[in-house]
Amino acid sequence: MTAILQQIVNGLSLGSIYALIALGYTMVYGIIKLINFAHGDIYMVGAYVAFFAVTLLSMNLGVALLLAMLAAALTGVLIERIAYRPLRNAPRIAALITAIGVSFILENGGILVLKPDPRAFPDPIRWRQIRLMGGSLVLSTQDLFIVGVTVAMMLLLVYFVQRTRTGRAMRAVAYDMQAAALMGVDVNRTIAVTFAVGSALAAVAGVLVGLYYNRIDPLMGLVPGLKAFIAAVLGGIGSIPGAMLGGYLLGVIEALVGGTQFSLFRDAVSFALLILILLVRPAGLLGRNVREKV
Amino acid sequence: MLLELEEVHVSYGPIAALRGISLTVEEGEIVTLIGANGAGKSTTLNTVSGLLHPRSGRIRFRGAEIQRLSPQEVVARGITQVPEGRRVFAEMSVEENLLLGAYQRRDGAGVQRDLAAVYERFPVLYERRRQSAGTLSGGEQQMLAIGRALMARPTLLLMDEPSMGLSPILVQQVFEIIRQINAQGTTILLVEQNAHMALKVAHRGYVLETGRIALEGAAAELTASEQVRSAYLGGA
Ligand SMILES: Nc1ncnc2c1ncn2[C@@H]1O[C@H](COP(=O)(O)OP(=O)(O)OP(=O)(O)O)[C@@H](O)[C@H]1O
Ligand SMILES: [Mg+2]
Repeated sequence: MTAILQQIVNGLSLGSIYALIALGYTMVYGIIKLINFAHGDIYMVGAYVAFFAVTLLSMNLGVALLLAMLAAALTGVLIERIAYRPLRNAPRIAALITAIGVSFILENGGILVLKPDPRAFPDPIRWRQIRLMGGSLVLSTQDLFIVGVTVAMMLLLVYFVQRTRTGRAMRAVAYDMQAAALMGVDVNRTIAVTFAVGSALAAVAGVLVGLYYNRIDPLMGLVPGLKAFIAAVLGGIGSIPGAMLGGYLLGVIEALVGGTQFSLFRDAVSFALLILILLVRPAGLLGRNVREKV
Repeated sequence: MLLELEEVHVSYGPIAALRGISLTVEEGEIVTLIGANGAGKSTTLNTVSGLLHPRSGRIRFRGAEIQRLSPQEVVARGITQVPEGRRVFAEMSVEENLLLGAYQRRDGAGVQRDLAAVYERFPVLYERRRQSAGTLSGGEQQMLAIGRALMARPTLLLMDEPSMGLSPILVQQVFEIIRQINAQGTTILLVEQNAHMALKVAHRGYVLETGRIALEGAAAELTASEQVRSAYLGGA
């Protein structure tokens, strides 16, 4: 029993990372019905900006995190402006292929500029182990930190989307772009803000994963990006609570499978589970049958 | 002259929807635009609103050309639209829908006053202000769509078939509301299929046929005209 509990606890950190990345996928999909395949690479950009901020500029981690969020937001906005906006009324497959292209550019550009070798992400904090239940359950303060930062980000996001004027505009554009324009909403600006917010969250994930694994490399966005996309679909793409749920679910499932003799098939098992869930609930766990964009 | 369309041509790709429309709306008027399905009524309103841009021709509002403006710039000039089919944001609350109507306004106190005024005009919206708009009945959604457009404090209100799909009593009510809004100083360009009711409430009217103005005149003249009677008023 505690063994299972331990695996669940272990899955929370990774789940946080998936959830943070999944939020960006789901927000962008929600507003322009595009799977932004470059999103995982924005997470890489965030991690590298924080890395250089700490190592080259000797910033403290908090400031580095803010800088990473800012840089990622800017990257996301630029990508939208240059690559996606001109295709907004083009067939969706064109935008999708463009997104894959942007992802390649960021990855290969990353290899070129940042060098392919992994780098050791500096971890300035001395984490502790907390032993609970007579020592059978081990919890690291790092896990608490990762989950804490993630939950704080999620609360901020929910506040922003539900309670602010721009958040309201975002939901309006996601639901009916033309009607939102008729209300006087600046649709282009609202979409840009969505990219900025989603990308900033990915940067947070990038920094947290740097602390978690202590290493980053230009292709680090590939697999987590894919998994976070799956988490978003699992939760119901377009749904913000769905992305949170999907991310944590995937993290915990992976940890649980990782603790068994099937650990080598961790990814395969998670994917099989995903397919099962989607067979039962094609719209994802919290997804509605989304209106198709006309 | 508040609004003036001059030889406006609009196409959807190769399909010409408006083939040189000219019309005017004077301050304080209700002007109606009637015509059969596919005549180009919604296209006309959407072009004024900046969702579509004319291939040629001019649109002037208070003397300034607006045919190249974006929808949000058109709203900023004081033109809002109650779109065809209401288009309320079904997943948001009634109150959020109304606040979206006031999206560009920065005068918080004024917005609150107008919110109260909309609730006074439509008490049912006040009762359901926390409910999601998708749960409202068709008539209530139409009230919401009208209230939402009023929240922008428009000078000119464009209304696209506000009576569509409503019961006869509700249709009466909607036209009464249109009259009241106009009496309180808002100019209205009203698109309708219900030509009978529209001509009763309007001062002047235009008849649109496949992208062209076929007829225009004072509402009473149009009501009396043989052509309109046979084609749009179901009379002989
Ligand atoms: N998005 C579009 N793409 C192509 N053609 C369109 C589009 N929207 C409208 N049309 C065409 O333009 C013409 C005018 O359409 P419009 O919607 O303005 O008519 P309407 O007078 O509002 O009709 P209704 O009373 O049915 O609402 C029609 O022939 C229609 O088929
Ligand atoms: Mg129409």
